[in-house]
Amino acid sequence: MTEGNGTERNQSNEKRTEEKRIEGNVIKYGDNVDTDVIIPARYLNSIDPKELAAHCMEDLDKSFVSRVRPGDILVAERNFGCGSSREHAPIALKASGISCIIAETFARIFYRNAVNIGLPILECPEAARDIAEGDQVSVDIRTGRVGNRTTGRTYQAVPFPEFMQEIMEADGLINYVRERMERK
Amino acid sequence: MGMTMTQKILAAHAGLDRVEAGQLIMAGLDLVLGNDVTTPVAMEEFKKIGAGEVFDKSKVAIVPDHFTPNKDIKSAEQCKRIRDFAHHQEIVNYFEIGQMGIEHALIPEKGLAVPGDAIVGADSHTCTYGALGAFSTGVGSTDMAAAMASGQCWFKVPEAIRFNLSGKPGPWVGGKDVILHIIGSIGVDGALYQSMEFGGEGLSALSMDDRFTMANMAIEAGAKNGIFEVDEATIAYVREHSAGKYRIYQADKDAEYTRVIDIDLSGIRPTVAFPHLPENTRTIDEVGDVPIDQVVIGSCTNGRIGDLRTAAKVLKGNKVHAGVRTILFPATQAIYLQAMKEGLLEVFIEAGAVVSTPTCGPCLGGHMGILAKGERAVATTNRNFVGRMGHPGSEVYLAGPAVAAASAVTGRISSPEEVVK
Repeated sequence: MTEGNGTERNQSNEKRTEEKRIEGNVIKYGDNVDTDVIIPARYLNSIDPKELAAHCMEDLDKSFVSRVRPGDILVAERNFGCGSSREHAPIALKASGISCIIAETFARIFYRNAVNIGLPILECPEAARDIAEGDQVSVDIRTGRVGNRTTGRTYQAVPFPEFMQEIMEADGLINYVRERMERK
Repeated sequence: MGMTMTQKILAAHAGLDRVEAGQLIMAGLDLVLGNDVTTPVAMEEFKKIGAGEVFDKSKVAIVPDHFTPNKDIKSAEQCKRIRDFAHHQEIVNYFEIGQMGIEHALIPEKGLAVPGDAIVGADSHTCTYGALGAFSTGVGSTDMAAAMASGQCWFKVPEAIRFNLSGKPGPWVGGKDVILHIIGSIGVDGALYQSMEFGGEGLSALSMDDRFTMANMAIEAGAKNGIFEVDEATIAYVREHSAGKYRIYQADKDAEYTRVIDIDLSGIRPTVAFPHLPENTRTIDEVGDVPIDQVVIGSCTNGRIGDLRTAAKVLKGNKVHAGVRTILFPATQAIYLQAMKEGLLEVFIEAGAVVSTPTCGPCLGGHMGILAKGERAVATTNRNFVGRMGHPGSEVYLAGPAVAAASAVTGRISSPEEVVK
């Protein structure tokens, strides 16, 4: 049981705030990737991000843990992250080294959770359908521009609404709330 | 343009006269909920906010129900941490083993959710309380932490799909069959980001237990919330369980819906969702020959007294099929006691089934009924994803309590019509 997951999160958030451009190799999945396969419930007796990352995607893709590299971008199709509210799912992906997720659509709780922990996440149907496993992709979180370096194609995602940008720029919801409460 | 039920509740909780779909709002909350899986993460985030105390000790509820009674040492440690947190924070509605139940059966039973409330819970099935005409939705642990500190949560005001119910369901058709039928037709992302608003003259044919089951599975269609019009049955339920104030919201006549879907309840057959998505539905007449190894009757979806009565009707005087492990989970202590008083537990035990203490247990592959590779279960639970009840090579078929009990008797997925002559 670790107590220190927040420190790790905040450090990576600081890095992200400085640099909004993300580049990485793509790992690609299809429709309806649910939170039970992202992190099976049998591992939810831990909140240690490293321990969760060691089992990430285990029931969908046993090779994920061994082939994911820090900075990789996960691309999926419809309804990514459907199912349970477990924040352990985006925590496990982030701790695995995933730098950004692009999908056609996201399940709403997963979407909130990713924003809240500062894991960049973009809805872009065109990019989600077009980008293939192994492509090299760059993402500008501020503008929502996605570039596929392998094919030379570019795509435009809907950028975060201002309100969510503020949450991201405060390094996640916790800092955002703390700042608001301190102002009161 | 008018507002939907959900939009009206959100407007009232945001202190606004009106809201529109897509608008981002900050809403005040009547209840913030967590369990033993999500609260440990939320506690850590809560400490980082530095608020010290939760916004209202009586408006936070913590229910250790997922891996309880503690399934292993790590779960015991997690439960101990949230127990200490609850005691330190003097959380009024912390429910220990002996008082607890599966959170989404327990919260309405304790009168902690009433019509017109705005509720968030760090559990996706928090949408259950929409059955009472409340706005209620699942969030993650960080949202729970922020909500515990501030008493507020941000929302994007949802659009809505309106379901107009008519007719009366057949004898073995319950809320589970209706919601599986709906998910089968609109898909697991058919209501993504939206409200599912249920109403119409068919509502009177659905018990409160049926409605809890339906609202519970709104998330399985991707919905933000499911919400039911308030009628006499709702009021009777609320009066029985709560002394507090409630407020009835009705959708405006000119409320805007993305879709209006008419559902004739009399046309719905007992329905089963095949692996590995709740949208893979077939009527009981189309299932074919599917032998099974286990039956689970319970969960936040179907562990209420009405569900147990239905199961008992099918199991009474019958024996479970040799080799079919049949496990029933009354969802709360009160339901358990009621089932005992009505003689239902005796029916189950005489049939060769076992009756467990309340727990989420097998529904999420936690404990108390895990499947081995290649095994199949019929379950009254809510998800049949890969590995949901155990080995990734096992299979879960979702059904209501009548089909689940009938299948326990025959050893393959069966209609209650086949078992109860």
